[in-house]
Amino acid sequence: MAHFRSHVLVCVDPECLNKGAHDVLDAFQDEIVAQGLIDEVQVLETSRIGSCSNGPEMMVYPDGVHYVGLTTYDIPYLVEEHFLKGRIAAKFVEEKKITVDEELSAPTAKEIRVVLRNCGKIDPENIEDYIAEDGYQALGNVLTQNKPEEVIEIVLKSGLRGRGGAGFPTGKKWQFCRASQASPKFVICNADEGDPGAFMNRRVLEGDPHSVIEGMIIAAYAIGSNQGYIYCRAEYPIAVKTLNIAIEQARNFGLLGKNILGSSFDFDLEVRMGAGAFVCGEETALMASIEGNRGEPHPRPPFPAVKGLFGKPSNINNVETYANVPQIILKGADWYASMGTEKSKGTKTFALAGDVKHTGLIEVPFGITLREIIYDVGGGIKEDKGFKAIQTGGPMGGCLPSEYLDLPVDYEELAKAGSIMGSGGLVVMDEETCMVDIARFFMEFTQDESCGKCTPCRVGTRRILEILERICDGKGKNGDIETLEMLCSEISETSLCGLGQGAPNPIVSILQHFRSEYEAHIYEKRCPSKVCKSLIRYEIIDGTCTGCTVCARNCPVNAISGERRQTHLIDPDACVRCGICMQVCNFNAIVIN
Amino acid sequence: MTSAPTTKTIQKNDPLTDLAKKNIIDQIIDQNKERPGATMVVLNELQSAIGFITASMQEYVAKRLQIPVSRVHGVVSFYSFFTTTPRGKHTVKFCMGTACYVGGTSALIEKTKQVLGIEPGQTTADGNITVEVCRCVGACSQAPVIVIDEEVLGRVKPNKLPQVFKPIQEKAE
Repeated sequence: MAHFRSHVLVCVDPECLNKGAHDVLDAFQDEIVAQGLIDEVQVLETSRIGSCSNGPEMMVYPDGVHYVGLTTYDIPYLVEEHFLKGRIAAKFVEEKKITVDEELSAPTAKEIRVVLRNCGKIDPENIEDYIAEDGYQALGNVLTQNKPEEVIEIVLKSGLRGRGGAGFPTGKKWQFCRASQASPKFVICNADEGDPGAFMNRRVLEGDPHSVIEGMIIAAYAIGSNQGYIYCRAEYPIAVKTLNIAIEQARNFGLLGKNILGSSFDFDLEVRMGAGAFVCGEETALMASIEGNRGEPHPRPPFPAVKGLFGKPSNINNVETYANVPQIILKGADWYASMGTEKSKGTKTFALAGDVKHTGLIEVPFGITLREIIYDVGGGIKEDKGFKAIQTGGPMGGCLPSEYLDLPVDYEELAKAGSIMGSGGLVVMDEETCMVDIARFFMEFTQDESCGKCTPCRVGTRRILEILERICDGKGKNGDIETLEMLCSEISETSLCGLGQGAPNPIVSILQHFRSEYEAHIYEKRCPSKVCKSLIRYEIIDGTCTGCTVCARNCPVNAISGERRQTHLIDPDACVRCGICMQVCNFNAIVIN
Repeated sequence: MTSAPTTKTIQKNDPLTDLAKKNIIDQIIDQNKERPGATMVVLNELQSAIGFITASMQEYVAKRLQIPVSRVHGVVSFYSFFTTTPRGKHTVKFCMGTACYVGGTSALIEKTKQVLGIEPGQTTADGNITVEVCRCVGACSQAPVIVIDEEVLGRVKPNKLPQVFKPIQEKAE
């Protein structure tokens, strides 16, 4: 391998790409060629250097300097300063130093990175980078030193539970599948990360695909399978591309295919793409989709471990579950079990989004409180507004109010509070969020994504949505809350799969924790958070309005009238309450009543 | 067996009547027909290569894969990624993930109606731009997000939309 003086990692996450990371990358490459540095500086594409909020971003090693907010025009200056003169170009340095090497992070930091350890650190398209970080060593150890049963024993002992959301012990799942007599057996990775607000799996697939592949090969060895599938959602084209490159490289290195590492164990892997159906995240629906059918779930038992893909025993785990496995093998079950709570071991990745200052991907040990996640890791609520709720577990999860901020996050505690762990979306909502509107939003989502196979889910979610729409529309009536409660419990008891069973969860948790908001909508025809369009009016404050006409020019329905330099007026009948006027007003002269 | 499908009415501009496109379709089917679960793979490839899957194409796929047309149509109609009619030259997608929804996607759609004159699910009269809402694209920390063709744009504000649409509007002329 050539020896380079500097390695430059440029973030090519979608968020940085949209800010021109490719142009910056091209410009940088041109510039180092022009300056004759091509043999000294290696440029690598990577992901997740920082938060991407101030991209394009670049990390320079060995100096460990993190540059942000670059444009193509800045590149000649940057190259001259840093790479020719050896001075740090201070004006592009990220203000708060973000440590990329997590092993060195200060003990006060609340994060521990196991699954994300390589993301942003290695080139995902180069298998050698992964191998340099002890990649495929766990596989080597397992194939040469362990019997399949011993591998399952280690995973059982580590306490690893399914990261897809249900939290079933991974080792047990493997045990069941190993015990099944039929063959062939399949290993499947569920990369159909459909929960809105969740993007942890995408990052892992794009930033460290080999960790997932290695985890799958180990699983295959443990259960006795020779063929695996990764089912990835079509919304993640970059992840699919990265995975295919990684699989090809692993094949070339003898890590996939026949006789892996000379062990006489065969295993190969194929990526299958979804086509935009949320329900395919449900394991039986996912397998139906791989088989080439409509992604409709079917009843369990029989469980996939007995009768799964193509009617054969199959082991299906989530991306994050597999990505944990190589580390557990390398560092031992005890190390893994030392993190987390009594029943939830290890770490969990979360996608922190919504009204929080530092949105993005985090990985924390189980047992951390929601407060620590929001305020210590996430930096608090945007614009220092008040906290209202945190939504965990995606559209099948629940919304928790401030009383639950000190709840330690693990599978059991979240379930007790009326929410779920889910795959790891965390959406923080500030005091200006209407919870009834949020309930409606989630119901709209599940209603739309219901596959239609079973009646409670297909019809029941429709009925709930109609009631919620009516409430948001100011036409709620006595008995609505009771009807909702009844529908919710019946739908979750009688639906076929997790989608229907979980669909009422957001409604129930909001009824439980924010009942007064439902009541205000229904009985007082009032939206306390001033969100529901039928229950609010936009008005222009006389005296504050300068008559600049910006609002009138931006109004999509021409509902605002007024002479220049005169207070304007909104016609409430024409107004569609889109809120654009309020956003464009430079004088805060528009209020909601 | 690559004879024409049995459909009585293949539309005049159906991709099957275009020799170059027909070759692509045949190639995709030939490459994948032996794979387990081939239907999804073939349809996914057709969708990305041709851009849509017409009724005649569905019949053709069914015939070539030797499965009932109803199965193919069932799959096409089940998944939101498969479309049966051509889209505009450019696609503008509004992310409807939780974070984007909270971040104001509705206001963006409202403004789009004003700027382009169409609602999600529609295509401009000149066949240039299709507007859609889509599932979470996983760029939640940039909410609200819109996707123009392949490009993800984050933190989009309603009053910036005219500027954002300009490049794709101009390309049409």
